[in-house]
Amino acid sequence: MGDLQATLDSVRDLVIDGSPHAVALGMRAVSLTPELAVAELPYSEKLIGDPKTRVIHGGAATALLDHVSGMAAFAALGGEAAPATLDLRIDYFRAAEPGKTLVAEARPRMATRVVAWIDALVHDGDRDDPVAVARAAFMVPEANVEQARAARAAREGGG
Amino acid sequence: MTEDDLSRALARSPYASFLGPRCELRGDALVMVLPYRERLLGNPLTPALHGGAVSAFMELTATAQLFVRVGAERFPKTIGVAVDYHRIGRPRDTYARARITRLGRRVANVRVEAWQDQLDEPIATLHGHFLVRPRAEAAAG
Repeated sequence: MGDLQATLDSVRDLVIDGSPHAVALGMRAVSLTPELAVAELPYSEKLIGDPKTRVIHGGAATALLDHVSGMAAFAALGGEAAPATLDLRIDYFRAAEPGKTLVAEARPRMATRVVAWIDALVHDGDRDDPVAVARAAFMVPEANVEQARAARAAREGGG
Repeated sequence: MTEDDLSRALARSPYASFLGPRCELRGDALVMVLPYRERLLGNPLTPALHGGAVSAFMELTATAQLFVRVGAERFPKTIGVAVDYHRIGRPRDTYARARITRLGRRVANVRVEAWQDQLDEPIATLHGHFLVRPRAEAAAG
């Protein structure tokens, strides 16, 4: 097993590009380290919940929080296999300002070999004035461990 | 409130259109259907629906059920939700129904179940609080 940060650097863009829903919403990975994951979601028409206010729908913030928390859990659990969400709790403090990019940060609070607990927030420019905060728990399903092993073997065999 | 009224209200929201749910209204009981689309996948290798898409679909179901019950002009705002994921969401249609456990003057508590094959084997459940009416409207009405 090599350096964890090198592994995380090598998959940083894949954690978005490999996920059709994240790509379809327009998410971008900003950084991925064992201590912090950051992703952003630029404002776009398709994210609007209410056309009168042009505010982004809460569901889009939910998906961003789920995804960035999964990135943090992936790093906290060793950066090998894709984790699955066990639970996700979100408090919505206020509407995001129309036109602004949503930025989400997630930090592992605790991790064992199989479960990671993540704290996350999403803001639209000032991280001290978040739009929403979240807590989530993730685990790596057995199937995903085998899948990651097979993918790695294929990569190493092929290159 | 008819099924067409609710469908039109959902269609006005670009994000709801992006997710693409259909609604089926029987009296005031709502079942939402999320037809499978590739863009809803979180992990195409498993393959699994994105947890965020499933959560957003359940939030939408909760607010749509409140919209039907309250007959409001707008969909309610979400105060907070808690989601439990029980099973992998497979690449096929997903259903959700919401039960309003308490409807207050301003705040409602709602529970939502999402399932695919069997209603008694939910892929995820949600409970949340929603702001049905802002302060001024609640005071007036």
